[in-house]
Amino acid sequence: MTSGYPTTYAPPRRRGLAARAMGRGSTLRRLDWPLLMAALGLSLFGAVVVYSATRTVSAGGDPQAYLKKHLLNLVIGMALGLMTMLFDYRMLRAYAPFVYVASLIGLVAVLSPVGTSINGAQAWIPLPGGFTLQPSEFVKVALVVGLAMLLSDRRDAETEPSLPDVLLVLAVAALPLALVMLQPDLGTAVVMGMIVLGILAIAGTSLKWLVGLLATGALAAFAAVQLGVLDDYQINRLLAFTNPALDPQGIGYNTNQARIGVGSGGLFGTGLFEGSQTSGQFIPEQETDFIFSVVGEELGFIGSATLITLFAIVLWRAIHIATRAEDLFGALVATGIACWFTFQMFENIGMVIGIMPVTGVPLPFVSYGGSSMFANWMAIGLLENVHLRRALR
Amino acid sequence: MSDRSRMRLLVLQVLIFSLLATLVGRLWFMQVVAGEEYAQAASDNRIREVVTPAVRGVILDARGRPLVQNRTTLVVSVDRSVLLDLPADGAAVVRRLAKLLGTTPTKLDKSLTLCGTDGAPPPPVCWNGSPYQPIPIAEDADPQVALQIMERAEDFPGVTAEMQAIRDYPAPYDVNAAQILGYLGPVTAEELDEAESRVGRGATLSRTDLVGRAGIEQVYDKFLRGKPGVKQLSVDSAGNVVGTVSNVDPSPGNYLVTNIDARVQSVVEDELQKALLLGRSQFDDNTGRYYRAQTGAAVVMEVDTGRVVAMASTPSYDPSIWVGGISNRQYRALSSQKAGTPLINRAIQGQYAPASTWKVVTTTAAVNAGYSLYGAYDCPSSLTIGTQVFNNYESSSYGPISFAKALEVSCDTVFYQLAYDMWLRQGGLDPKADVPEWIADAARGYGFGETTGVDLPGEASGRIADREFRRTYYAANRDYYCNFQKEAPKDQQTAYLVRFAQEFCLDGDQFRAGDAVLSAIGQGDMLSTPLQMARAYAAIANGGTLYKPQIGRAVMSPSGEVVKDFKPKEQGKLPASPETISYLQDALTSVTATGTAAWKFVGFPLGEIPVASKTGTGEVYGQQTTSWFASYAPADKPEYVVLMTVPEGGTGSGTSAPSVRRIYEALFGISGSTVNPKTAIIPGGKPIQQLPEIDADGTIQQPKDDGLPGNQVPGIPATSSTKTKQSRRRARP
Repeated sequence: MTSGYPTTYAPPRRRGLAARAMGRGSTLRRLDWPLLMAALGLSLFGAVVVYSATRTVSAGGDPQAYLKKHLLNLVIGMALGLMTMLFDYRMLRAYAPFVYVASLIGLVAVLSPVGTSINGAQAWIPLPGGFTLQPSEFVKVALVVGLAMLLSDRRDAETEPSLPDVLLVLAVAALPLALVMLQPDLGTAVVMGMIVLGILAIAGTSLKWLVGLLATGALAAFAAVQLGVLDDYQINRLLAFTNPALDPQGIGYNTNQARIGVGSGGLFGTGLFEGSQTSGQFIPEQETDFIFSVVGEELGFIGSATLITLFAIVLWRAIHIATRAEDLFGALVATGIACWFTFQMFENIGMVIGIMPVTGVPLPFVSYGGSSMFANWMAIGLLENVHLRRALR
Repeated sequence: MSDRSRMRLLVLQVLIFSLLATLVGRLWFMQVVAGEEYAQAASDNRIREVVTPAVRGVILDARGRPLVQNRTTLVVSVDRSVLLDLPADGAAVVRRLAKLLGTTPTKLDKSLTLCGTDGAPPPPVCWNGSPYQPIPIAEDADPQVALQIMERAEDFPGVTAEMQAIRDYPAPYDVNAAQILGYLGPVTAEELDEAESRVGRGATLSRTDLVGRAGIEQVYDKFLRGKPGVKQLSVDSAGNVVGTVSNVDPSPGNYLVTNIDARVQSVVEDELQKALLLGRSQFDDNTGRYYRAQTGAAVVMEVDTGRVVAMASTPSYDPSIWVGGISNRQYRALSSQKAGTPLINRAIQGQYAPASTWKVVTTTAAVNAGYSLYGAYDCPSSLTIGTQVFNNYESSSYGPISFAKALEVSCDTVFYQLAYDMWLRQGGLDPKADVPEWIADAARGYGFGETTGVDLPGEASGRIADREFRRTYYAANRDYYCNFQKEAPKDQQTAYLVRFAQEFCLDGDQFRAGDAVLSAIGQGDMLSTPLQMARAYAAIANGGTLYKPQIGRAVMSPSGEVVKDFKPKEQGKLPASPETISYLQDALTSVTATGTAAWKFVGFPLGEIPVASKTGTGEVYGQQTTSWFASYAPADKPEYVVLMTVPEGGTGSGTSAPSVRRIYEALFGISGSTVNPKTAIIPGGKPIQQLPEIDADGTIQQPKDDGLPGNQVPGIPATSSTKTKQSRRRARP
């Protein structure tokens, strides 16, 4: 029989690129979209408020200069995130030591004459074309990956990391932490401490250790204040925090003006580009560390709550990814990132609204600044990476 | 993942969301609950500081008569920053204003130019203050002009007319006292920095402040200045005042009570002037012309306290010339040689050869060197040492006489001989280390050669010509005199000076017999200020104590409390035994009764008010003689030293004595030969002990015995200007 077969031959249909990307099981489809969209939303939110904060500054210059650079940072950041996402994070374990060492080199370079100092912290490396690099931002990524690698290596399925492991982790964390303190960048140091604490906790480290570490940190902070290790401006920030009415024209000026800005926003805000505190340039560092004052003043409680909701989504997804991670390594990476974002956001917004002392940390995704944006998106890339590998199981 | 990890992730999640909730809660509170307050804070964000300058304290005489006070005046000021915002930098406003004030736009522009900018006129004309501070351009403005400016505010943006307190000199009894009072001048950048570094923020000086630049205005500046008031006003973005953040009222400066008695000062100033005129009316046989007598100084001091009751220096000037800034031309006039440099206070800055008034020092030195106080010393008409002949004044000869007689008739040769003898005992040209320089030591003991420490700036120290002086002077001037014909101006190359230069170059470091002889009669290189001499005679009068001459009597608050009472300050004892001092007192008393001054005290009631005095006629190469008259009275119970110096004025008795006599007549209430203490210009002719009365409201009670209209002067004027400055400090995060 010759024609038992259908005469019409239909070659197996190759699924179109779009269909393939969107198809069941495809990478694109399996992405954690809420996470991606929330991070993108925060970044664009940032673009708008950075523009509002800076459009009146550049006398004679391009009022959109900061806006454009912020968007450029976003594009580069997302590209870095994509790269971070694409290769299997389990391979990352192999690279972790290199990432770690590279970040250390960056930190050392900053302290060398190559680095420049802004507002009392030697934290930047100037690059050609007016760009600067802030290695302490990337150190957070390295720290997350490095610590996760060290703590996820369990030979005998024990529930808690061994003592040598914990000590090794502390040693590995202490080195970059010390370098960051030397800049001095206390804000980043505290964020790093929180990352260490979070990862150790989720890795199952005994409660004694965690409480001990917290106590040591508090003791060290107390000692630093008492022994006069801190610079005057750092002491002043603490004083201004404990007593908000202190010297509103001097050391308390920044926080006082920022609180006035946020508070005067009311429920709906003064309207975008309408804030007198913002356009009057009353608040220094408004496009970076004090960016939230623009949100508070011009977009009011509604805008602030929206922003915090976007953060909530990012953090919710991060914890979710940690919970569902295929292995402990992935879980710890996601946990570290969640701790990082949480504390940095809380510290940043908290200092603007007067519930945290002032330290110079940027608001993730929102503050103007390339290094911060790159690191944040690399973290998103890592989260997506962990998320994607789990789904393949 | 272990259960423990899973459990902890849950805890972490709860932690994270509670932190988020904290933020949202806090934001709700700030923005919704307390939002109104913050909105309010934002609206009155800018703070303006209104600085109200403190009213400067008044300066009173010993009895409460104001020597310097304040008066309010209409001041027209221009806010430069407003002008610069107008088309053509406000040229139209400047034109209109110039017309109104009767000046030219060019002149007005000059006073509105900041000092240090391109094409700025020199400092008194240009504006030395902050560019943000209104610039005063017309003081004592016509109220009509002020009214026009205020009514046509739209034509005069940035121009204000307001009341300000400025220095005022009421001149009771027409006193001048310009050099004592001093004047105010703009604060310098260095002083601002210094004040700022000392007290940090809230410095008591601001750029437009005036500070004391001379006289007691300078010495007592910190007491007089007071503290400016600062009112912090919150201003909304449109510049409307919406409230007061803080307010510190200005505290007015304290009152300075001086020892100066306006009535005495006035008499002394007049008499000094009369002495000058008298000097000018006398013909000088030596120079073949009338005495120039262009300058002079006089001091009246309490002998037991050092309080300076009067101090006059002539020529003088009107102190109000400084008010509102001095022009370049005016300043040049005040410091010009031709006008007699009226700025100089000759009582403390003039240095003159003390001449015969010095003989009390030489007498003391001789007694200290072992010559008997009661010995007899030959007074020939001249003394020849080597080839040099030293003449007695007017070549008189008295034979062997006592010290008292030598002082009384002012015999030079007695002291020449003694000085030469002492010089030989010291080893002559080759001094012995163990023999003191009696004259120089005595001079130091009398307070010469160093400043008296009077509370006035710029005092001169005078000079004691001793061996050490010769050495240092030679070292400093050797090159000049050794190259005299090259270095000196042609008109100084007289035969005498050229010879002098040659000799000086050869052995100018040697204290020769001639130097010693001249040092005995206060000639040669000896120099004294009138005040130094007055203090020395006061010490003789009071039995040997040198008191610090003192202008300031007390600092009192505007409500009448004594802030600081300047007690008499002893500075040392004369290097003379009580016996010597007593001897000198008697000798000086007979100078007036029967000696060189007697012919000018004929008819003076010396029985009731004996006067001790010493005349002096200083000779200075190339100049006419300096007239000195040092005295105190009553000689038996001394109260006041009166001293007068008139350079190029003639003899001590011929020129100064009549004026000093009339000063005593006024002090003690003498008319003709009768003494009536009731008519004394100081009650009873006795030093004043009480401080003036100042009421709690600042009113100063005036002396009842004054013939002046009204016996009260108001204290601090109520109105004062306000200056505003905007403060918008920014801090680093």
